[in-house]
Amino acid sequence: MEKISEKEVERIEKLAGLSFSEADKKAFIPQLNSILTYIDKLNQLDTSDIQPTNHAVSINNVFRKDLLTDSLDRKLSLKNSPDQDSQYFRVPRIIE
Amino acid sequence: MNTLHQATIHELHDRLKKREITSREITESVFERIDQVEEKVRAFVTQTRETAIKQSIAADQRIQRGEISLLTGIPIAIKDLLCTKGIRTTCSSKILDNFIPPYDATVIKKLKEEDAVLIGKTNLDEFAMGSSTENSCFGVTRNPWDLGRVPGGSSGGSAACVSADECIAALGSDTGGSIRQPAAFCGIVGLKPTYGAVSRYGLVAFASSLDQIGPMTKDVEDCALLFNIISGYDPSDSTSIPLDRTDYRKSLVADVRGITIGIPREYFVEGIDPQVENSVQANIRLLEKLGAVCKEVSLPHTEYAVSVYYLIAPAEASSNLARYDGVKYGYRCKDSENLREMYRITRKQGFGAEVKRRIMLGTYALSAGYYDAYYKKASQVRTLIGKDFEEAFKECHVLITPTTPTPAFQIGEKVNDPLGMYLSDIFTIPVNLAGLPGISLPGGFNKDGLPIGIQIIGKHFEEERLLQVAYTLEKNTDHHQKKPNLL
Repeated sequence: MEKISEKEVERIEKLAGLSFSEADKKAFIPQLNSILTYIDKLNQLDTSDIQPTNHAVSINNVFRKDLLTDSLDRKLSLKNSPDQDSQYFRVPRIIE
Repeated sequence: MNTLHQATIHELHDRLKKREITSREITESVFERIDQVEEKVRAFVTQTRETAIKQSIAADQRIQRGEISLLTGIPIAIKDLLCTKGIRTTCSSKILDNFIPPYDATVIKKLKEEDAVLIGKTNLDEFAMGSSTENSCFGVTRNPWDLGRVPGGSSGGSAACVSADECIAALGSDTGGSIRQPAAFCGIVGLKPTYGAVSRYGLVAFASSLDQIGPMTKDVEDCALLFNIISGYDPSDSTSIPLDRTDYRKSLVADVRGITIGIPREYFVEGIDPQVENSVQANIRLLEKLGAVCKEVSLPHTEYAVSVYYLIAPAEASSNLARYDGVKYGYRCKDSENLREMYRITRKQGFGAEVKRRIMLGTYALSAGYYDAYYKKASQVRTLIGKDFEEAFKECHVLITPTTPTPAFQIGEKVNDPLGMYLSDIFTIPVNLAGLPGISLPGGFNKDGLPIGIQIIGKHFEEERLLQVAYTLEKNTDHHQKKPNLL
């Protein structure tokens, strides 16, 4: 059964902030479907009583002292941005 | 032309210490070698020749003053996924091809404190997503043993560069096998440390619960030595673990008597190349002859590992890669009407196909209505995979397996078959899911002269044991001494 349809791809596209050409979509849909079909293997296992693992080596509550330290210089922080205005990152229009 | 570029860290260190040679001579020898073979191998994204020569002169001055530490004056190559202050760091992606980090990754800082010589940044699959170094916006790196084949991935540039003697050693990173698989394909040593052993600060994040930085070297001794330098707690990485400092060179003892080695039966199944299997079996027999006890063990959930990985890694990646939006750094598309469109077009133009595929897969697995069926399910099966290892380690000290099911495949062979590509990491992925240390070392060659890798897996933070077994194998074989013929 097809898990990912064109409509589903458009939903994910929006969620992921991506955009595909028609040719990309044509290639991706069967590839994603074959991966998801393979992944279905996991349903052979009953995991109802199993705790999920998020980190394989568990550490809890890593604290540090609340100390004042130097932060990255502003000029240096802005240096890599595609567009900036003195002390800000500049972006295209947000409000229509 | 001298042959200093062929040497190991420890050989060069001894000669530097005796002042028989200088760092400048080594560095020049490495760049001469690069000039000779790089056109064929294409391991580098960026070479830092000028600063390298300056660093080598500074190292020589330090040595003159009688101050020498393990890496002083040694030319090292760095996977282009690690931030290097003032040196372009691209992740082999168009979206970062003009990014110049304002800071050094912790591991880079440590190399600099040692006065190592940084010779350049090596090619990788874009954002470390791939197993062949074919998914790079800077072109394909080639396997020095057969230029028609892939070097493996994603640390393919680092592996090829060590194997071709274009550096003395390199750093890579490993999320599902990205150090060990290319090490196996290129006939070198590669260590994926225990999760938390090496600081990830300044490693561009792919899948944060799986990523680890590790050494890629010409022999096991160099591996221990480089691991000594890069490991250790770092307050800048809250997942790094405070441990007592050990000198890993102490584990370089060629003796396996009293060590029990587990052979997981699920790793010797259909699909494995018979020459790979024979080579692993030969190494197992050798270890037995040397006094190790070898016994079969079982890791029953092995067959689910690739499925788990291809949900968890893309899920984490889809979140980590949300930061590439064309605002703070990297590529931004031209002429967009508004912010939202700018994000979408920037990401459309900036990311390659495999990265988009994984962001899609991860976003899907985390999205409303699918989270429980995919992400949560995968995280639960991850627990089962970790428990398999715990059980197995009740019966043995380390496990031995092939690193990969086959030797290096042809360039182009798997590019249109993402699932086929994913399955080439079947033996390395479970190790990342469980956070364990794993090392790949040369175990032999197939009839076409392609290297075959042996993987040894240990318990959390028992890298010493891995290194000891690996060192014993190395001292009793000569696979690591063979070099590819590139001229």
